[in-house]
Amino acid sequence: MSAQQSYYVPAQSKWPIVASIGLCVTMLGMGSIMTNGSAGESTASSWVLFLIGATIMAYMLFGWFGHVIHESRTGMYSAQMDRSFRWGMMWFIFSEVMFFAAFFGALFYARVFAVPWLGGEGDKGSSAMLWPGFEATWPLLKNPDEGLFPGPTQVIDPWALPLLNTILLVSSSVTVTIAHKALKNNERYKLTLWLAITVLLGVAFLFFQAEEYIEAYEHFDLTLASGIYGTTFFMLTGFHGAHVTLGTLMLFIMLLRVRKGHFTKEQHFGFEAASWYWHFVDVVWLGLFVFVYIL
Amino acid sequence: MQSLCNRWVVSEYSLIAVLLTLVPSVSLAEYGLNMTPGITDVSQSIYDLHMTIFWICVAIGVVVFGVMFYAMFKYRKSKGAVPAQFHESTTVEIIWTIIPVVILIAMAIPATGTLKQIYDTSESDIDIKITGYQWKWQYEYINDGVGFFSNLSTPQDQIYNREEKGEHYLLEVDEPLVIPINKKVRFLVTANDVIHSWWVPALAVKKDAIPGFINESWAMAKEPGVYRGQCAELCGKDHGFMPIVVKAVTEPEYQSWLGAKQEKARLELAAANKVWSMEELMEKGEKVYNTMCAACHQQNGAGIPPAFPALKGSAIALGPVDKHIEMVVDGVSGTAMQAFGAQLSDVDLAAVITYERNAWGNNKGDLVLPKDIAAAKSK
Amino acid sequence: MSAVIENESTEHHHGPAKGIGRWLFTTNHKDIGSMYLWFSFIMFLTGGCMALMIRAELFQPGMQIINPEFFNQMTTLHGLIMVFGAVMPAFVGLANWLIPMMIGAPDMALPRMNNWSFWILPFAFAMLLSTLLMEGGAPNFGWTFYAPLSTTYAPPSVTFFIFGVHMMGISSIMGAINVIATIINLRAPGMTYMKMPLFVWTWFITAFLLIAVMPVLAGVVTMMLMDIHFGTSFFNAAGGGDPVLFQHVFWFFGHPEVYIMILPAFGVVSQIIPTFSRKPLFGYHSMVWATASIAGLSFIVWAHHMFTVGIPLVGELFFMYATMLIAVPTGVKVFNWVATMFKGSLSFETPMLFSVAFVILFTIGGFSGLMLAIAPADFQYHDTYFVVAHFHYVLVPGAIFGIFAAVYYWLPKWCGHMVNDTLGKVHFWLSFVGMNLAFFPMHFLGLAGMPRRIPDYALQFADFNQISSIGAFMFGFTQLLFLYIVISTIRQGKQATAGVWEGAEGLEWTIPSPAPYHTFSTPPEVK
Ligand code: HEA
Ligand code: HEA
Ligand code: CUA
Ligand SMILES: [Cu+2]
Repeated sequence: MSAQQSYYVPAQSKWPIVASIGLCVTMLGMGSIMTNGSAGESTASSWVLFLIGATIMAYMLFGWFGHVIHESRTGMYSAQMDRSFRWGMMWFIFSEVMFFAAFFGALFYARVFAVPWLGGEGDKGSSAMLWPGFEATWPLLKNPDEGLFPGPTQVIDPWALPLLNTILLVSSSVTVTIAHKALKNNERYKLTLWLAITVLLGVAFLFFQAEEYIEAYEHFDLTLASGIYGTTFFMLTGFHGAHVTLGTLMLFIMLLRVRKGHFTKEQHFGFEAASWYWHFVDVVWLGLFVFVYIL
Repeated sequence: MQSLCNRWVVSEYSLIAVLLTLVPSVSLAEYGLNMTPGITDVSQSIYDLHMTIFWICVAIGVVVFGVMFYAMFKYRKSKGAVPAQFHESTTVEIIWTIIPVVILIAMAIPATGTLKQIYDTSESDIDIKITGYQWKWQYEYINDGVGFFSNLSTPQDQIYNREEKGEHYLLEVDEPLVIPINKKVRFLVTANDVIHSWWVPALAVKKDAIPGFINESWAMAKEPGVYRGQCAELCGKDHGFMPIVVKAVTEPEYQSWLGAKQEKARLELAAANKVWSMEELMEKGEKVYNTMCAACHQQNGAGIPPAFPALKGSAIALGPVDKHIEMVVDGVSGTAMQAFGAQLSDVDLAAVITYERNAWGNNKGDLVLPKDIAAAKSK
Repeated sequence: MSAVIENESTEHHHGPAKGIGRWLFTTNHKDIGSMYLWFSFIMFLTGGCMALMIRAELFQPGMQIINPEFFNQMTTLHGLIMVFGAVMPAFVGLANWLIPMMIGAPDMALPRMNNWSFWILPFAFAMLLSTLLMEGGAPNFGWTFYAPLSTTYAPPSVTFFIFGVHMMGISSIMGAINVIATIINLRAPGMTYMKMPLFVWTWFITAFLLIAVMPVLAGVVTMMLMDIHFGTSFFNAAGGGDPVLFQHVFWFFGHPEVYIMILPAFGVVSQIIPTFSRKPLFGYHSMVWATASIAGLSFIVWAHHMFTVGIPLVGELFFMYATMLIAVPTGVKVFNWVATMFKGSLSFETPMLFSVAFVILFTIGGFSGLMLAIAPADFQYHDTYFVVAHFHYVLVPGAIFGIFAAVYYWLPKWCGHMVNDTLGKVHFWLSFVGMNLAFFPMHFLGLAGMPRRIPDYALQFADFNQISSIGAFMFGFTQLLFLYIVISTIRQGKQATAGVWEGAEGLEWTIPSPAPYHTFSTPPEVK
């Protein structure tokens, strides 16, 4: 289709306003859970608020995406619309990259500047005066104030579960590509199979990640509150885990749609968007594996 | 300057001052319009740098705005101007890219030199550790065993307009920092709670006080005198009320001041063993209370709930003594209530706690002695 | 394709829907643009009232009207509301109205998401303002919310502040994605990148900045949230973190943010000056490159806000040089504007007056910015009213005048009526005088040593503060006149022609005034 054709403009929609209300209620709920929780007050009503918000959000997501899928399947979208979706998804992923960049930045800063300074090295080394006995090491097992932030006894060995998880995630990137190829060749069975494998790999990753967290909390005293090592470790891997969860969910929905016979070999943007997201999650993991676990 | 200030009417003087922005800087400096040249080499080079870039900017402004105003008067449609149609010229574009670059390099060179000078904190004669607290400064002469707190000494009555404001309104403290002239004084700046910033314009020292870290800076004063500054980083409610006063004195004066300080510290130790009467404690306690506590809990003990609880009739002030002592000595972490144990002497603590338990109709009648504090601290 | 049109045509071949539903459910870029603009004006008045509260307290030494606690809340909310509530949404509103019309698109690329971007905002700001009623009061740690004042020592409402910021961030990111997708994908045939009007170009670049830095802001408030509620130690030295880390992450967002607030205004002025000079813009290509360089440089200058926090010398030098460099592309822009006026045929209708004032006063603000960039000098300027003077000069006669100019320039296109130029000029001159009276004396105050964010000050600062307060009230109340002008122009006024202004060029001037509800249902041909 050439751009010369007349433009497509969608009709009015109730979803944006539903989404705004849902988002606001969810955030109010989360905010008051945390505020009341930290103040030692009851959080029951806050949870109710949060759940109402989350329900509205879920309703909105199903409704909105359902509507778009319906429009797309009835052939209402032009090639131009398709391109708009693609650009939208790409820049959304870029914004996610920048979100992770902030946390990677925090990790580098702590390792290269803050911790050495506290330990007496570098330009602000005289800071060590305030922390007698503190030694700068990485991973940081003894924090400057051990009373406030008791450090971990041990950190995660990269060559055990993390290595396994790396293998899982990298192969899942391969399998999703195989599935994509299959879709383009119109091999539906192969598509279903490899997509299902991808989802399973994602689930397996999450399972082992949970194992690792349990081990960290129960055996290594490695927690969010165990100083800057635990802080950066859990924030980076945690947000990554959240993104894997989302990605897995997206792929799973694609699997359901494939089963329902959606997507053609020319038109399958939903599938592609999910797989782009999946590759992004994979690349972030490689960064994590190197900078959080190994180095 | 002060005598010219009329707080109620916009004086003609200041209107004229606004108009006179283009008269030479020297005269401006005298009227508190411009940066102070200060009393150190560094402050002077910063001042020169400031004036240089200022005049460069003025010059560029005159050229750019000059051309602009010329165009605005010359090429008016109402005067029948016919528009030219040129819209590009690589040559001019290159010229007006290069000229600013050259100007910038000319500014960057002296700036780099001054910056290097500022950063050279080596080979100091005296080291002073400065710690920012909400909302006061602590000074420790780390090699001489002298240390004290410096609080705002402007009475609340002046701040709340119940009393005529004094000459150094808001820029006066109970105990100034004293430094000798012609000695390189190194400041080790840190903070106890939130970020503060120690700034004395005349010394051209502005250094952020970061809790948990130490920043270094230095100054060598060349003229004796009293120099005033303020905390320059938002640090909560009383950020506007934590001034800095530095007294630069000659070396002999400095030595005698130091000696007196050391002597006072010895006396204070002795005072801790003295038996204090209720009147003495109440009198001393009121003083301590007004400088250390009144900013939050208010002079009348009513506080500003919920952030700053009342003491008048409060459960703490009327409850068991040891709880009260513990609260004052250890503070409440994560709130503005600090651990005063390290900031005040045992005598001051005893006095202020006694005061809190007996002032504003809190007639508990009990007496807290320095030794009670010492006992509580050692627990 | 025709099937497509039929499916949805019931809607968009007619005018707007009726009633409140038109605004709640709309996918029309003009409706959304208007909502953004009205929202932003309400926020401008709200933030302005807070500024007036500040100025009233600072009218004379001593505490008289509000207490220090509340003063800090006012400063914080004033900054936040002006930046995120007034300036940014105003520019998004202009983008919505103008970009599709300028590039020959029917609407924004993702119209439903567009509506979502807008509707998040009222909720986000309702959440932010509701903190005023919470126990412990509203955020009081400045719009830069430095840790640990904003974490360990913050009032409980900080959590809602954080979620409010998250919501604004989501809104901005989606808005920016929409702009980029629209510009890349919906340009009319023949509208090559180097033919795009400069307003479109500046917004294109602004959108990249937004997508790059809003997530970083989201990151930093998330770190705060974790430090406050979940025991992490990003900003706590006791656990190996550093309060200064907060500032690095914040300013990595914060500095590009200030260019987000000025680049679209550059675009606006670059449209207006050629029109009223009746001469094409001088140096179109270098304008585009200059804008891109400013945006690129903005990522490597952030620590100029932190010269006094104790950065190693090399860092200090690097950030000083990089910051100074920004003067070069900005200078190119200023020179190009002047060269456009040179040998033109000038007339001074209200939009032009605001644009000329923009160029002069923004440059003055730029000069003080350059002075701040000189690290050793910044040791004396930092956190004084000199900084306050600097950023109000780039923001008020910069961003705000840019917005005023845009509204005066395009309002006839939007509503079909000419603006009463006499009233517009009265608005301009009162604003101009009031604004300079309010902010020029702040330079002196800062140099003489008055720190910012203080509710009370020493006696030698009294005179200039008084002048400043008078100017602030004058400027503030003048804006009610602006409100009146806009409303009366929407209601009535001389019918505007399609071209509106004698020298105006661009696609938006080829369509009738007021612009029809759906502009281009088929793409126009651009030669
Ligand atoms: C729209 C917003 C905007 C804009 C455009 C700018 C533009 C600039 N700003 Fe500003 N700035 C702010 C908003 C903005 N700023 C805000 C909000 C703060 C305070 C934040 C806070 O702490 O709350 C701040 C603070 C701030 C600081 C920190 C001060 C401190 O806290 O100590 C510094 C320091 O370098 C700085 C520098 C600059 C520079 C160099 C520019 C340059 O881009 C200016 C370039 C322009 C010119 C130079 C003029 C035109 C050029 C010519 C005519 C060419 C020839 C000129 C020469 C060769 C000199 N700004
Ligand atoms: C775009 C941004 C923007 C804008 C437009 C403004 C506009 C104004 N600002 Fe600024 N300001 C900031 C951004 C901005 N500001 C920021 C970022 C800070 C730093 C905050 C911090 O330190 O954290 C700051 C801080 C700041 C301070 C320093 C506070 C301090 O350090 O303690 C002051 C002091 O005078 C001030 C004053 C003003 C004034 C008088 C205006 C005037 O232009 C306002 C004009 C007034 C109005 C527009 C009001 C109109 C309303 C009415 C007349 C009432 C009508 C009523 C109804 C209809 C209900 N501002
Ligand atoms: Cu201490 Cu501001
Ligand atoms: Cu900046």
